[in-house]
Amino acid sequence: MAEQIIYAFFTVIIGVGGCFGYFYGSNWLLDRIFPANANNDSSAVRNLKMQSTIRPWLFLGPALLLLSVYLLFPVIETFWLSFHDRAGDKFVGLANYVWAFNDDQFRLSIFNNILWLAVVPALCTLMGLVIAVLTDRLWWGNLAKSLIFMPLAISFVGASVIWKFVYDYRGEGQDQIGIINAIVTYFGGSPQVWIALPFWNNFFLMAILVWIQTGFATVILAAALRGIPEDTLEAATIDGAGPFKIFFRIMVPQIYGTILVVWTTITVLVLKIFDIVLTMTNSQWDTSVLANLMFDWMFRGGGDFGRGAAIAIVIMVAVLPIMIWNIRQANKEQSGH
Amino acid sequence: MLNRLKLEPSRILLNLAVIFIIALWTFPTAGLLISSLRDKNDIAASGWWTALSSADRKQVGRMKGSADQVEKDGKFVIFGNLFDGADATSGKVSAFGTKVQTPGANAAGSTVALDAGQSLTVGVDGSYVLTSPTKFTDERGGRVFFVSSQPPRFTLDNYQTVLFSEGIGRSFINSLTVTIPATIIPILIAAFAAYALAWMKLPFRGLLIAIIVGLLVVPLQMSLIPLLKLYNAAGYFMGVPSKTYLGIWLAHTGFGLPFAIYLLRSYIAGLPKDLIESAQIDGANDFKIFRRIVLPLCFPALASFAIFQFLWVWNDLLVAIVFLGSGPDQLVLTGKLNALLGSRGGNWEILTASAFVTIIVPLTVFFSLQRYFVRGLLAGSVKGG
Repeated sequence: MAEQIIYAFFTVIIGVGGCFGYFYGSNWLLDRIFPANANNDSSAVRNLKMQSTIRPWLFLGPALLLLSVYLLFPVIETFWLSFHDRAGDKFVGLANYVWAFNDDQFRLSIFNNILWLAVVPALCTLMGLVIAVLTDRLWWGNLAKSLIFMPLAISFVGASVIWKFVYDYRGEGQDQIGIINAIVTYFGGSPQVWIALPFWNNFFLMAILVWIQTGFATVILAAALRGIPEDTLEAATIDGAGPFKIFFRIMVPQIYGTILVVWTTITVLVLKIFDIVLTMTNSQWDTSVLANLMFDWMFRGGGDFGRGAAIAIVIMVAVLPIMIWNIRQANKEQSGH
Repeated sequence: MLNRLKLEPSRILLNLAVIFIIALWTFPTAGLLISSLRDKNDIAASGWWTALSSADRKQVGRMKGSADQVEKDGKFVIFGNLFDGADATSGKVSAFGTKVQTPGANAAGSTVALDAGQSLTVGVDGSYVLTSPTKFTDERGGRVFFVSSQPPRFTLDNYQTVLFSEGIGRSFINSLTVTIPATIIPILIAAFAAYALAWMKLPFRGLLIAIIVGLLVVPLQMSLIPLLKLYNAAGYFMGVPSKTYLGIWLAHTGFGLPFAIYLLRSYIAGLPKDLIESAQIDGANDFKIFRRIVLPLCFPALASFAIFQFLWVWNDLLVAIVFLGSGPDQLVLTGKLNALLGSRGGNWEILTASAFVTIIVPLTVFFSLQRYFVRGLLAGSVKGG
């Protein structure tokens, strides 16, 4: 253990030192090879030009290398693998995709993913908006917001333990120690194994993500609400608009862009949801989603990289529209500079 | 706003609504924390919300045998206390009985007649008197079932157990080993790249930025299979294990870079143009400008990213279980907790304490550095998490 800490410590030193060394060294070398204070003016100008051509790539080098190895290359490779057999050797055409769309487990996972997509982003954004509006003028609003925001710092696994305890089930007649079953039995109902109720259990798992992500939506939307010009609200109040009219007609349209950003951010997160399903049910009781199905095909039963890759591509295709939209927004900002 | 109406009842309603929502949001975590501090028998016996009131527990105690009898007024008597030898050694007896089905048959302080003319009295403090007209012959005394009410009590035993015998302590060190380098290494790399993309003249700048924005939302799942194959091949080729800390540091660095570059670039691009230009006129090259002017100025953005990356790496499960082994020397907290959920599914004293150990670090970071965290969120909210 002590060895491990020392190992980690030295890696940080070497890693950070290596980074510094690279940036210092390469820039120093550049200044040496193409000195700016050359003997005659023309070569100094030429050297400066060389410097400014090469230097950006020295700055970008390590980042581009890492991005290529860890993101760009894998995307291409996964695409390629999805057309190959389980070990990635033999070309099988669309066989993996044909298999997927005929596989019951895959269809179930797609269905569940769509269910998650339909519920979680909408609920998080709505709750976030409501909480942001409610806490906006409270003197203790910031405290309230940070309490609701807190679950965002908790890992999905930690949150799963918290919620498994909330959903805990004891046989009928015993004292319930899970709060939901305790409430249900208090009002005369019979306790349920909530996470083992097919179809409905999806919603109990979604509750965990809503619990985590509502804080995110709240903070972003609260900041957007602060940005609404006071006079538009005052004018509406003078005109006799009620609070609901002000909310839907004045506030929502002005922060529409932010709502969209929050919605898409949570959508991307939901598409990749994995930890909660793994720790709560491990895909049992019809709760499987695409990421978990892919993980199962990667590791269980010897692994089938072709099918796993095909499932990853399906997730990627679902993210694609959001990706394109993001790039467009970024380009717009760029040209607006 | 709703509260602009200035009507007092609506104001109260507003406060109540917010209090209700906060209660809803903090209840699950409160349950975890309180349970982790309770005795393991208490956790299994009653809901955590009863932890602050005294709890009724059904217990069993064994009376002394014939060796301890005394003769008194022509009768044979055994004295003793039920709490000696019971699994909870203090409390108040509220009722008792001689059958396991009916521990609450008789109120404390009353006397019940047993078979063969014997009678039994149990006091509130647990003391009992067993009287018989004939001599006791059983060497082992009979059992008494009773209901005792226990004052609330809290203990750190669960933490002691999980940290030192369940392997959570070791996993904590592993998590730190993964997280600290994986947080520090990307910062510098991203900062240089961000400066280049913000202020330096280079071809394809727009394209590079577009690629980075695109990579922001690429699902991690896309990378897993190719990287696993790559790591296996590299490990085989170099004769080293394919699951190493170095491997996961680089993986987290790679996965964190798009967000880091995106966040830092938008911050650095927002620095005043005059500042950079005047430095250029003074003859400073970009390396010097970056080091002397940009790096110190973008400290808030660096801090934002560092917090994000720290939380993301600390809380990650998927990357850790793919790129690290499951032995005690490599299993991180999230992985350990996941394993415990399988093997210790019903042992809530283990699970709650373990979960609290895993969430205490991110919560501390979060509450102490919330300002930077929120700033980062606002700046980079296109990232998919």
